[in-house]
Amino acid sequence: MIPDPAAHSARSSTRIAPARLRLDRITSRYDDHGQSTLALEDISFDVADGEFVALIGASGSGKSTLLDIISGLFAQTSGEVALDGEMLPLKARLGRTAYMRQRDLLLPWRSALDNAALALEVHGMSRRDAREIAAQRFPEFGLAGFERAYPAQLSGGMRQRVAFLRTVLADRPLLLLDEPFGALDALNRVALQTWLLDLWERERRAVLLVTHDLDEAIFLADRVVVFSPRPGRVVHVEPIDLPRPRSREIVTTPQFLAHRAVLLDALGLLQTGGAA
Amino acid sequence: MRTFVFRWLGPIAILVLLVAVWEIAVRVNDIPKWQLPTPTDIATAFREDHALLWEHTRVTLREVLLGFACALVAGVVVGIAIDASRVLERAIYPLIIASQTIPMVALAPLLLIWFGYGLAPKVIVAALVCFFPIAVNTVDGLRDADREMLAMLRSMGASGWQRFRLVKIPAALPSLFTGARIAIAFAVIGAVFGELVGASAGLGYLMERSAAQFQTARVFAAILILSLMGVGLFALVATIERIALPWRRFITDADRS
Repeated sequence: MIPDPAAHSARSSTRIAPARLRLDRITSRYDDHGQSTLALEDISFDVADGEFVALIGASGSGKSTLLDIISGLFAQTSGEVALDGEMLPLKARLGRTAYMRQRDLLLPWRSALDNAALALEVHGMSRRDAREIAAQRFPEFGLAGFERAYPAQLSGGMRQRVAFLRTVLADRPLLLLDEPFGALDALNRVALQTWLLDLWERERRAVLLVTHDLDEAIFLADRVVVFSPRPGRVVHVEPIDLPRPRSREIVTTPQFLAHRAVLLDALGLLQTGGAA
Repeated sequence: MRTFVFRWLGPIAILVLLVAVWEIAVRVNDIPKWQLPTPTDIATAFREDHALLWEHTRVTLREVLLGFACALVAGVVVGIAIDASRVLERAIYPLIIASQTIPMVALAPLLLIWFGYGLAPKVIVAALVCFFPIAVNTVDGLRDADREMLAMLRSMGASGWQRFRLVKIPAALPSLFTGARIAIAFAVIGAVFGELVGASAGLGYLMERSAAQFQTARVFAAILILSLMGVGLFALVATIERIALPWRRFITDADRS
């Protein structure tokens, strides 16, 4: 089930816009007590403008490491990262993407409004202007009336939405989302997935979402990239051809379940009976 | 207001009881005033000597505040330097800890020889005792800064100064205030100790002189003022902390860990 690189690039080149993100043979090794461990091996794939790509794999398959590499926080051992067609070294990638990790990472001493405006301030906007821009989007994120609340006063779901708003307001063409719903309970997670989909339909920014939730990946993405367990390698790329806009009912359709079966197989989760 | 009254009712009742027992015991046993004055004697001392007490209180208060301010600046600067550089940490940190083993009792007479009977040696003693808690708590606070928050700022393209200003400093403030609260109480002890070694003014000096003249009630009055000064300054720092860090009120113990 290894994807044909030729077919893959042919598919991308049919698009007019250049790839927001292009990963070319990314390999990552790290030293663990003098022992060299391979975390990522030969990772190559693109995320086109306006495309939603989900990255799925067992924990420890280096998915988060890959996002750290793309955002410029962590150096790859070999391979290239290109953003908007521009090959960028590590430090030059800092500030080029909007990266949201699993933890909301709200600064406890800042109000919800000031947390949401953080990236704007970092990019040089005055606090007043940044606040004004952030405040306009509070109702849309279901946060109206909570502008002055501190993170400790907010529920988990609300905190996550503030973190989302902060990521969106960073105004970068590529969003990197590392299990943004991982810490939430099932009900909250489903609600936020639907909400994220609505938001994405309106903004159509390129998204690379890391998740270990199969349904989440199929429900949200245009393409699902499957990683093998350590070292992480791309074992399958599944285009999701479900019509948009999507609603929650789609998860029970035969097409959805067909994608699910293929992805379960790619993850090696259908061979439970056939243990050698 | 109601809870406030209830919280303080117990301590106040015990205090009133103790003062009453003291007054009665001294009168009944006919203990001479120079040996142990009654609470009313001390109240009289306050009334008669208030100008004198105020004059010396001002001297001590100035020593305490100057010493604390010097230690605050030095402690924060050294704390930041230790946090910023591993080389400086290895060079300075062991020395700071070792310096705490030098007893102030041994150092104060030397300061007297070098700086005389004036303001300087008291300010230095107060600053020296304040410095350690402030510097150590600053280092601890800066180290407590969440690494993932710092990484997030980096991924936004934040400069080193922005990360310091937006994450490290606010993260260090609660710990810095803890150090400051301990330090301000130490500063009062330090200043009085400096005065006892050799001085021409201040509550420590007044206590020593009054004791030599068997003005025991005035000694008690000075002790009472020192105690109130320590409590008052501690409360002042705690109040500034509450106003400066409003977000801390919503943090539960579970969040802190």
